[in-house]
Amino acid sequence: MTHTISLRSMRQDQSGTIYQVNAKGELGRRIRDMGLVPGTPITILGRAPLKDPVALRLRDFTLTLRNNEADYILVETEGGQE
Amino acid sequence: MSITLALMGNPNSGKTTLFNSLTGSRQHVGNYPGITVEKREGHLKIQDLDINVIDLPGTYSLTAYTQDELVARNFLIENQPDAVLTILDATNLERSLYLVVQIMELGSPALVALNMMDEVRRKGMTIDTARLSKVLDLPVMDLVARTGEGKERVLQEVYSAVKNKVERQPLRISYGHDLDEALDKMQEIIDEASFLGGRYPARWLGLKYLENDEEILSQGQSNPEVHARLQEIARQLAEHCRQTLNMEPESLIADYRYGFITSLLKEGIVTRSNQQARYDLTDKIDLVLTNRLAGPILMFAIVYLMFVLTFVLGDIPLGWVEDFFAWLGETTEAILPEGLFSSMISSGIIAGVGGVLSFTPLILIMFFFLSILEDSGYMARMAYMLDRVFRTFGLHGCSVMPFIISGGIPGGCAVPGIMATRTLRSPKEKIATILTAPFLNCGAKVPVFLLLSAAFFPDSGASVMFWVTLAGWIVAMLSAWLLRSTIIRGEATPFVMELPPYRLPTLKGLLLHTWERAWQYIRKAGTVILAVSVLLWAAMTFPQLPEEREDHYTNQEAVIEAQAWDNEEDKEFALLNLVNDKSQEELQYSLAGRIGTALEPISRLAGFDWRTNIALIGGFAAKEIVVSSLGTAYSLGEVDPDESGKLSDRLRNDPHWNVWVALSFMAFVLLYAPCFVAVVMIAKELNWKWATFSVIFNTVLAYIISVGIFQVGRII
Repeated sequence: MTHTISLRSMRQDQSGTIYQVNAKGELGRRIRDMGLVPGTPITILGRAPLKDPVALRLRDFTLTLRNNEADYILVETEGGQE
Repeated sequence: MSITLALMGNPNSGKTTLFNSLTGSRQHVGNYPGITVEKREGHLKIQDLDINVIDLPGTYSLTAYTQDELVARNFLIENQPDAVLTILDATNLERSLYLVVQIMELGSPALVALNMMDEVRRKGMTIDTARLSKVLDLPVMDLVARTGEGKERVLQEVYSAVKNKVERQPLRISYGHDLDEALDKMQEIIDEASFLGGRYPARWLGLKYLENDEEILSQGQSNPEVHARLQEIARQLAEHCRQTLNMEPESLIADYRYGFITSLLKEGIVTRSNQQARYDLTDKIDLVLTNRLAGPILMFAIVYLMFVLTFVLGDIPLGWVEDFFAWLGETTEAILPEGLFSSMISSGIIAGVGGVLSFTPLILIMFFFLSILEDSGYMARMAYMLDRVFRTFGLHGCSVMPFIISGGIPGGCAVPGIMATRTLRSPKEKIATILTAPFLNCGAKVPVFLLLSAAFFPDSGASVMFWVTLAGWIVAMLSAWLLRSTIIRGEATPFVMELPPYRLPTLKGLLLHTWERAWQYIRKAGTVILAVSVLLWAAMTFPQLPEEREDHYTNQEAVIEAQAWDNEEDKEFALLNLVNDKSQEELQYSLAGRIGTALEPISRLAGFDWRTNIALIGGFAAKEIVVSSLGTAYSLGEVDPDESGKLSDRLRNDPHWNVWVALSFMAFVLLYAPCFVAVVMIAKELNWKWATFSVIFNTVLAYIISVGIFQVGRII
């Protein structure tokens, strides 16, 4: 069973597939240029010492973004996590 | 035959490594006109081809919202290079191809080098290069830029591509029915009107209208009629997309581009071994280096170690260079006949420029370490770990780099630091970073702190330096916060950033980077500081005493000589005192002395006498001059100018100086107006209004803090 959750609420090592990117303007463009488009599989690698930003693995590289930026990204995940 | 080869690629794709290996020392770094994006150019010869190689800034995309991207894009369009070699990180093919696709849409004569094939093999991946070349319809070559493997083949392909003059048609990607239809319509209008002089491929222009590309939209206004028609099509399409798909055309375009890349790669071009490690080496290192506890501690330790090492290692050659200039000054004085010219050469030029150049070894070592942090990928982790802190003060994780380069670790320089802010995309965070970076402990201020700690805090030089550096950080952060919550308020910029894999830097790359930066410093010594040294010397020498005063001293001397003395020593002493008085009066009478004296009523509150004021005024030209002009000011007024006692001893014994004056002076030097070169840089990067602001703001702040320190000291 799949859930759609925001990227912010994902836990370390959790994987999923990008479902939707709601960011507009500059942020949206940056996110898309780095390859965060719907259908892309991602895995959360971890968070910075102050729990923000978050680091994730996609398309063979590591991307970081802030929690409040991760809010704009919806991810489909497997299993019954919160 | 002479041709132009442009190198393109993502940041961290190894583009600059290839550039260095292709052009070696036959390269130079300049700026693109009007902006501060670095322009790296080098030369290369393949058989009968003279190749001018341009290393374009690393970019992920060719949109127009960073200067780097704009520079790269405009270069492709306006300079029409004969070949565009795109260097890809082959371990990261999909995202790299996103840039290639955009270059192809521009119709540039592209070639693709798949770099880091050694890492691909290590990861157990294989890439079918021949097949990729076929589906892209471009020459694609394997490459390991670090070792030079495959370099010959790349050059061969460049050679034959240029020789055969392969014409490239702009790539046409299908963006789905709705967008394609709009693009066709726009293309027709653009072709018919030969819009924007036919410089751009028509379909590409259409895409830029759909993407709301600011640069193209503003250029389009030169033909208002066509511009309006294109905008109308774009508007209608945007409306349609929003209603039917709840998406902006911009997002659709990116989706389709990635879709196109995915479909290209579907044909089994990339294969991965299924037992690929869950964590590769970079991930393992990051488990430690960005660990919640160990990460910050290690970061702090690395930075601290770096500057301890810099000072331990730098101390030895520093002594040599200092001795050399001391010797040079003495020799010049001995050779040249005594007089104004000799004084200008030895007290003006050699003392001024020499004082600055003595720090070259320190700067070299510091820049070497900075290059290691940068090239290894650790700098990006520092931005990642510190973003949360920086954001609290209205800055950005990417402000870390400009801060560190500016002197977050002593030895930096605000000039390259300010230049490094161009990676900051938000004008507001950029302004805040630029305005506060000069508060940090740059290499030019270091000698002042070394001098004063030698005089007033003997044996604790390293800890003085540590606290001064920390103070610089605190003031920079607090004033950034102040600025961001008053005159430059605004939203935070996105922190969407790549954490590149850790890579061992190449020695060649490190040396080139180090030399580049050190050269900027040395050049500053040879030009600005040379000129200012002469100017300052002149200001401290002219106008000369009026004749009656000269006569007065000559008479006094005669009086002393004529007097009957009990012993020679007393007579010597009286003569020295006279010389001292005369030098004092000479200096005070000079232009610099008059300015310094005029400022004394104000500077007294912070504990500075007129001679200190001279040094501080000189320091505006370049902070290095503070020490040299203190030296000049105090040696001119010294009891025995021949006995070159150390300046630190002289300061310690001077009645005007004490620990509190020293502290107040250190605070002032750390914080007051950025040096002239940095101010010019601020003006270039922002404008003269902000440059003027920074001079006034910093000086006022420095003055308030210095007065505070000195007055507290008086009470205690």
